[in-house]
Amino acid sequence: MTTLLEFKDVDVHYGPIQALKKVSLDVKEGEIATMIGSNGAGKSTLLMSIFGQPRISSGQIIYRGEDISDKSAHYVASNGLAQSPEGRRIFPGMSVEENLLMGTIPIGMDHCDEDMQRMFELFPRLKERRNQRASTMSGGEQQMLAIARALMSRPKLLLLDEPSLGLAPIIVKQIFQILEDVASTGMTIFLVEQNANHALKLADRGYVMVNGEIRITGTGEELLVNPEVRDAYLGGH
Amino acid sequence: MDIILQQLVNGLTLGSVYGLIAIGYTMVYGIIGMINFAHGDVYMVSSYLTAIAIALLSYFGLESFPIIIFGTLIFTIVVTGAYGWVIERVAYRPLRNSSRLAVLISAIGMSLILQNYVQIAQGARQQGVPTMLTGAIRLDIGDGFVQITYMKLFILFVAFLGMGVLTYIIQKTKLGRMCRATQQDRKMASILGINTDRIISAVFVIGATMAALAGVLITLDYGAFDFYVGFIIGIKAFTAAVLGGIGSLPGAMLGGVILGLSEALFAGLISSDYKDVFSFSLLVIILIFRPSGLLGKPEVEKV
Repeated sequence: MTTLLEFKDVDVHYGPIQALKKVSLDVKEGEIATMIGSNGAGKSTLLMSIFGQPRISSGQIIYRGEDISDKSAHYVASNGLAQSPEGRRIFPGMSVEENLLMGTIPIGMDHCDEDMQRMFELFPRLKERRNQRASTMSGGEQQMLAIARALMSRPKLLLLDEPSLGLAPIIVKQIFQILEDVASTGMTIFLVEQNANHALKLADRGYVMVNGEIRITGTGEELLVNPEVRDAYLGGH
Repeated sequence: MDIILQQLVNGLTLGSVYGLIAIGYTMVYGIIGMINFAHGDVYMVSSYLTAIAIALLSYFGLESFPIIIFGTLIFTIVVTGAYGWVIERVAYRPLRNSSRLAVLISAIGMSLILQNYVQIAQGARQQGVPTMLTGAIRLDIGDGFVQITYMKLFILFVAFLGMGVLTYIIQKTKLGRMCRATQQDRKMASILGINTDRIISAVFVIGATMAALAGVLITLDYGAFDFYVGFIIGIKAFTAAVLGGIGSLPGAMLGGVILGLSEALFAGLISSDYKDVFSFSLLVIILIFRPSGLLGKPEVEKV
C-alpha cells in the first residue's frame, strides 16, 4: 500500500505553547487510520495543520510525495484532501443543498447532481431537509451534512474531526455505520476521535495522542485490548 | 399633499443611490469586519471618471444619449472596479492579520490619499457635466403638481436593476455562494478550496462597481461635483448600511431607501437646512436603540 499522507517530526506552537511535539504518522491508501486522545491533546491542531492553520514550526507534512507544509489551504483542498472539521462548521445561513454545493469547489460542478443523489442515499435525512437552512437542523443532521459536504469533493483522503462530538449514542452509532459504508467504497479515512471504542473498532490502525505526543501505535484490535488504552479511554473495563 | 408626493419621489431616487453605495460598506464589513472609510471617496473618483468618459466620448463625436450613457457606465464601472481592487491590495491585504484598529487607520489614510490625489490631478475647483437627459412627467394633483424628471426615472430604473442583478449574483451563482461562504466562515471556506483572498478582492470590486453606478447616476443628475463629495454621501450611505443592519445585503438596500425617503420628507416638510442633522441624528438613535439594525443579526461572540 502506498502512503498517502505522512507527518515527519511535526512541531506546532501557539505562541510559547507547544501543541504538537515531534509527531510522526502515516496514512496509507485505502485504510482507515484513527487518532484517539482526550480533549486538548492536539488532535484538531493536527488536522488543521494539514491546511496550514496553524502553520507547523518544524518537520514536514507530505501528501502524495509532495511537501505541503507551506501550501495554502485552498491548494491542499484542491488536491484531494477534504475535512469535516471540529464543530462541523457548516454554513449556517445556507440551505443543505447550498452547503453540499460548497463541497464541489475543488472539482467543479460536473458530477454535482450524481454526487448529491449519492449523498441523499447515504444520508436520507439530508434529502428531507435539502431546502432547509442548515442552522435550523439538529446536531446529528449538521454532522451528517459536514461529512457529506466533505465527500462532495470526491476526496482521496477524508479527514474527520470528532464526528461523534456532542451527539446522542444512537446518532453516533448511525454515523459510524455510515462511515463504514463510505470506507467500504475504498475511501481512505483519517479519523480523529475521543470516542475510542467506536473509532478503534472501525479503524485498521490507530495512534494514541497524549499532550501533543504520540504515545502508542498499533492496529485497531491491538489498541482495543491494550491495558493503557483501556484504562485511559475505554472506561477501564 | 403634492409636496409629500414630490418628496417621496425625490427620496426614493436618493435612497436607491444611498442603497447602492451602502452595499459596498455592508459587503466589506460582512466579509472582513472592517468599515471601509475610503468607500465614499471611491464614489467621488467615479464622479470624475463619469466626466472623463463623457468628455472622451464627445471628443470622438459620440453624442447620442444612449451611447454616451452606456459608454460612460461601462468605462466608469470598469475603472472604479479597478480602483476597488487596488485599494484592497495596497491598503488592506497587507494588514489582514493585524488589529481592526490598524485597518481602520489605513482606511482613513486611503480616503485622504484619494481626496488629495484627485485634488492635485483634477484641481480643487468644482467640476461639472452637461445635462444629458431633459424633460419630465408632470402629474396634476389637486391645486398642485408632481414633477418626475426622466433623469429621476432613469436613476430609479438603473439603481434597482443594479441591486437586482447583484442580489441574483449573490444568491444564485457560484461566485455568490463563495462570497457568502467566506462571509459566514472564512477558515472553513478556505478548507473547502476557496481562495478567500480572491473572494475578498471580488467583494471590494463589487462594492466599487455599485459605488460607480451611483456615481454616474448622481453626477448626471446633479451635474456638479468636487473632490470632497464622497465624504457626506459616504457617511449617509454608511448610515443607511447601519440602519439596515451592517453585514446584510438586503438591509443595505432597505436602509438606503428608508434613509432617502425620511430625509426627503424631513427636508420637504420641516427644514431642508437641517436634513443632514436629521440623518445623522437617525444614525445616533439607531446605534443607541437598535445597533444591529433592521435586518442585521446581533453579533454573537464566538467562543
